[in-house]
Amino acid sequence: MKAIVWRQIAAAWFACLSGIASALDAGNQAPSFDIAGRGGDVKLADYRGKLVYVDFWASWCGPCKRSFPWMNQLQARFGQQGLQVVAVNLDAKRQDADQFLSTTPAEFVVGFNPNATVALAYGVKGMPSSVLVGPDGRVLFVHAGFLDSDKARLEEEISRNLPK
Amino acid sequence: MHVRAALIAALAVAGVSGCSVEAVKPWQKGTLARSEMNIEGAKPETRFDEHIYTSREAAAGGASVGGGGCGCN
Repeated sequence: MKAIVWRQIAAAWFACLSGIASALDAGNQAPSFDIAGRGGDVKLADYRGKLVYVDFWASWCGPCKRSFPWMNQLQARFGQQGLQVVAVNLDAKRQDADQFLSTTPAEFVVGFNPNATVALAYGVKGMPSSVLVGPDGRVLFVHAGFLDSDKARLEEEISRNLPK
Repeated sequence: MHVRAALIAALAVAGVSGCSVEAVKPWQKGTLARSEMNIEGAKPETRFDEHIYTSREAAAGGASVGGGGCGCN
């Protein structure tokens, strides 16, 4: 069997793999969710009319740890103008998330989604991922990963879309 | 001759499908992100090396499944 045929088979399979995760496109309605939070349920519908920064995180994700102080700043800076940061935790064990939160405080809404149904609905492709949802419930943009160099662009997108 | 080649190709494709039908999701890598799961093991030298790279290159993360920041984990 010639090596070139094996390579073609492998290429075809890798091509099939890329289509599996369906990501949200800007303009789509953001999927609703209703998950447990730190003090009551967290529902996306409750934040209709606000600019919602939905962030998917987990306790084992390094960039998530670096993004939390920045998200605290975002909430403090833009909260009055209608921004709400909603961080959805995807840890399988709640105690891992609680342990993370005890050392890295979150001054915004945190929801817990251990069976990752929300992550699946949002087509999360990497950790962390964030989705900016407009006041009308539509997706404005999707961002994967978190680097210091991303902060400026993300802040600019947020300040551009604030409802007030 | 062609039938045999086609059969081998079909079996190869079917065999590879066992790895790809249910791809691992990004949030399912919690156990893999632990320091014991590092390719080089959880030796002290690994931590020292990571610290050296971080301080010399001014680039954090990338050594484990959880780190990096590119969103490609």
